[in-house]
Amino acid sequence: MAAASGTESLVTLLSRAGEDLAAGWVDRVSSSLGGRVSKAEVESELRELYTALLAALRQESVDVYGEAFGELRALLTELSRSRARQGFSPTETALSVFSLKQALEPVLSDGNEDDVRAYLQLSSLLDGLGLFTIEAYTRTREELIAAQAEQLLELSTPVVKLWDGVIGVPLVGTLDSARTMVVMEKMLQSLLDTGSEQAIIDITGVPAVDTEVAQHLLKTVVAARLMGAECTISGIRPQIAQTIVALGIDFGDIATKATLADALRHALRRAGTTLSTTSGTGVAR
Amino acid sequence: MSEQVPILQIGQVLLVSIQTDLDDHAVMRLQDELASRVVESMADGVVIDITAVEIVDSFVGRMLATIATISRLLDADTVVVGMRPAVAITLVELGLSLGGVTTALTLDKGLRVLERRRLEAAAGDGDAEPGAVEAGFPPGGAIDS
Repeated sequence: MAAASGTESLVTLLSRAGEDLAAGWVDRVSSSLGGRVSKAEVESELRELYTALLAALRQESVDVYGEAFGELRALLTELSRSRARQGFSPTETALSVFSLKQALEPVLSDGNEDDVRAYLQLSSLLDGLGLFTIEAYTRTREELIAAQAEQLLELSTPVVKLWDGVIGVPLVGTLDSARTMVVMEKMLQSLLDTGSEQAIIDITGVPAVDTEVAQHLLKTVVAARLMGAECTISGIRPQIAQTIVALGIDFGDIATKATLADALRHALRRAGTTLSTTSGTGVAR
Repeated sequence: MSEQVPILQIGQVLLVSIQTDLDDHAVMRLQDELASRVVESMADGVVIDITAVEIVDSFVGRMLATIATISRLLDADTVVVGMRPAVAITLVELGLSLGGVTTALTLDKGLRVLERRRLEAAAGDGDAEPGAVEAGFPPGGAIDS
């Protein structure tokens, strides 16, 4: 019964403060957002929140994760999602909720004991809602990061056609198992699609080669051989060559070349294409 | 119960086109039959087309290597053609690199590899030719970590 009557007085308090309270809340929130969201927008958002909050309190519930607060939670999730996407900080997002407390403070100065009790109740309720907001915010940010990582994976593994029957895979960035898998699949599929029998994996952009990376490269080459294509690894810088030897990695009979140009020449020779030099421009041999 | 895998003869080459995912029993029967057909037909090349095979296990992987070895004993070169990327990745992950098996991207390229081998054998020139790829981890391609 105590809780029920408490909610009742809280509802009374909120409805009594009414318009003043809402205006004060909107003012505080929009000033904390530094004008990056228009006041009208903030007002409509907060009005929805306010209505949902009152509706929930009328059902005499103070459990943030209870059924009565379902709509309010949905609204808050939506709010923190849009804030997270727009690049607001967690503090700015949570302030949308916590500002209601400050907006209610003037009511306290001339309030009676009931009002104070109601305020304290609201305070703990808003703490819960604020934490919920932060959680929703964090979840959205994590989703964003995961989506970006996936896009990066796609972006960072292009397969280019260098010549008829020769494809190139320029690798940039650190190779891990997940990336190697993507590279491997993409390369093998392009071998099939283009009918190429030569592939060049260029590791100029790979910052470091350790045993794991070498193992991944080796696997890719073996898979290509299984399909009937040959792989050349190019772009091995002097330091990397030293590291490879120091680690005792043996690339066996896999062709390795210092530069992509060397690898292309090698691949063309293996593919049976001959290059000839016209007089004056002596590049290809 | 399992379907029989057809073995077709084209000139001096036997073409085995595997159209379904094989069970162990069919694999054994294919191995037997192919060996006798190589002897009967005096073929000097075997092409195994696995374009339609989408799922492999270690048993099928080993079968390919075994058939290649048997055929070589009977003086016929084996070329495995049309392996799908997913199959290649699976075999690598299983640690089966089919050492010593020649592979080619397509049936056409596989046939050309055999033809070139035949010409070279006739010319007595045993150099590695373009377009033929030998599967397998490179000799000594191990990593001391």
